[in-house]
Amino acid sequence: MCKIGIPRGMLFYDYYPLWAEFFEELGAKVVVSPKSNKEILNSGVLSCVDECCLPVKVFHGHVDYLKDKVDYIFIPKIISIRKMEYCCPKILGLPDMVKFSIEDLPPIIDTNINLRKNSYTSSKYKKAVYEAGKCVIKNSSKIRNAYKKAEESYQRYLYLLSKGVIPIEAIKMYNKTFVDLNYNSKKHDMSIMVVGHPYNIYDEYLNMNIISKLINKGIKVMTPEMVNKDEIIYYSAQLPKRMFWTYGRRIVGSAFSLIERDEVDGIIYLSSFGCGIDSILIDLIERKAKNKGIPFTLLTLDEQTGEAGIDTRVEAFIDMMKWRDKDDFNISTLR
Amino acid sequence: MILTFPHLGNVYIAGKAFLEELGQEVVPPPRCSSRTLEIGTKYSPENICLPFKVNIGNYIESIEKGADTILITGSCGPCRFGYYSVLEQNILWDLGYEVDMIVFDPISEGLDQLKEGLSKALNINSYKDVIKAGKLGWKLIQKADYLTQLSNEKRAYAIDSYEVDAIMEEYYKNIENTFGAEKMLKLMDEVEYSLKNIPIDKSKNPIRIGIVGEIYTIIEPFVNLEVEKKLGHMGVYVEKSLTPTKWVKHHVTSFPFGSKEENMKYQLAKPYLSTLVGGHGRETVGSAVYYAKQGFDGVIQLLPLNCMPEIVAKSILPQVQKDCNIPIMTLVLDEMTGEAGYLTRLEAFVDLLMRRREERKVGELLFGC
Ligand code: SF4
Ligand code: SF4
Repeated sequence: MCKIGIPRGMLFYDYYPLWAEFFEELGAKVVVSPKSNKEILNSGVLSCVDECCLPVKVFHGHVDYLKDKVDYIFIPKIISIRKMEYCCPKILGLPDMVKFSIEDLPPIIDTNINLRKNSYTSSKYKKAVYEAGKCVIKNSSKIRNAYKKAEESYQRYLYLLSKGVIPIEAIKMYNKTFVDLNYNSKKHDMSIMVVGHPYNIYDEYLNMNIISKLINKGIKVMTPEMVNKDEIIYYSAQLPKRMFWTYGRRIVGSAFSLIERDEVDGIIYLSSFGCGIDSILIDLIERKAKNKGIPFTLLTLDEQTGEAGIDTRVEAFIDMMKWRDKDDFNISTLR
Repeated sequence: MILTFPHLGNVYIAGKAFLEELGQEVVPPPRCSSRTLEIGTKYSPENICLPFKVNIGNYIESIEKGADTILITGSCGPCRFGYYSVLEQNILWDLGYEVDMIVFDPISEGLDQLKEGLSKALNINSYKDVIKAGKLGWKLIQKADYLTQLSNEKRAYAIDSYEVDAIMEEYYKNIENTFGAEKMLKLMDEVEYSLKNIPIDKSKNPIRIGIVGEIYTIIEPFVNLEVEKKLGHMGVYVEKSLTPTKWVKHHVTSFPFGSKEENMKYQLAKPYLSTLVGGHGRETVGSAVYYAKQGFDGVIQLLPLNCMPEIVAKSILPQVQKDCNIPIMTLVLDEMTGEAGYLTRLEAFVDLLMRRREERKVGELLFGC
């Protein structure tokens, strides 16, 4: 049976159900690299160019892990997933970077996905789907059907997300019963938005489990993926210039939405060292948060980030928010 | 209304004359200096790319000299440059500078917007005047680039390369007191004449290096620590893969098809990088192949720290180096880059290239291949 490797990194957290289901429907065996760990990080750091951002380095590690366990590795070249928008330059060049940085790779399936001028129903997109599937089977109607099925379960996944399930969990259970992860913290007295690129907020190794830690403290956690699409579109339009990165728009739009609608008590921006896009997004969100008096903190993850350091920063942030709450209370009673 | 714009190598010469032709008052920013960078670094987000920081420094120094309106070009992705204007405007407002920023986005964002910006910036009486001034501006850009390239060439061949510097220094000083396109062109003719009269040694066979990388870093000598000049004094002939002339050819005069040269470079890059990655990542790869094919001795890539497209290119260049058998060195630049270390790396690279040439010569002598 043909084995397709899917590295657990970068856009994995957005599209895994779609990709996996697609290849399995076609009769391939899907092999996913394990959750990030020390070896994966180290091998990524070794093979990737020094100057690169952490998530891309880790991604290299995942590819390295898979390379002699599978027949193909699936690294689509995702240029644009929405009209007139782009992904980060490094996502645009991801398969190329990997190809020239890691030796002895199996063939890479690097289908171009470019919807800058096309839609999901265009023939160009259909061709891209065929390109991806033809390594497993050269039958276009089978490929079409497989994609249809995959698309359905992907919709289920998106539904879970919109119901407040965090992708890390949703990926595990997108076809099982539906549990609200934030159930424990239903009676929360505080809600925090953890915002950033999906591969920073959902890679539990890189961010030292920050989301679970917050939830265990009885805090309700919100992430960009949980904010309704229309809200994101509406609030990102507040920017003085069209936001041309799809992820940038999601990140800024969701944060603006929660801030404006007063649905969060604080914001933690999870960035990774060397991220070019974040330098812009952080500035935009921090400015808005400051304007509306919402506490904001930035955590930058890098190869050396220690768990203790992150924990202390998070503790301090929560304490600060609690104090603020009290102060707010005082003010309102005085009024 | 007093206009200004950020620095980009010698573009200010044409920019200044173009706006003056249209009867506008212009204050070009003072030449980039360590003060410019200091100011820029202080007020910019820490992890933003280097060009942004220098831009902010330029604006503030121009505002200090009386400018109240900033003209810049924009883009709409995929690189950060497209969002510069929003952040820059915020920063200047936060600092209490009441300046206007007029951004010229590409036509694909809407022609009306572009027209509105133009009429706001240029108090247009007739488009004929604009076109006339535009043509003069274009001439100036080409001429300025020609002079820069001529000076690079002369440095490699001159008996005393510092003579070139003296002429160029004089030229830059005179620009400040020259107004209007006509006079500027006259000044340039004089400079050309003096450069051509520098005594040279024709028997020299200089090492040839192609410079590739991020556009701003290639074009703005302050940001690349005057790499052309430094190499020139080491007797190296330098060519740059990107110049304002090439940019205009690709984006304006051959719109919407793109210039021949750039399209050729896309073709050369294709085996390595078949699609765009924003900025000039693809051009970097293509140009490296191009210089190898042209028989250059080496290639230097200029990468401003954290520059996304250039990082993609950097991970591909080792393969080009192998396939085309040409040494490629990457120089990472940021506000901390030290002069001494930089010079050492350049010298070591030039040494390596000279040694390779020697070895090849010996090889040819011994084995006739
Ligand atoms: S968005 Fe940031 S973290 Fe993601 S690939 Fe681009 S630079 Fe790296
Ligand atoms: S090309 Fe590089 S330097 Fe230019 S905006 Fe993009 S990241 Fe910054």
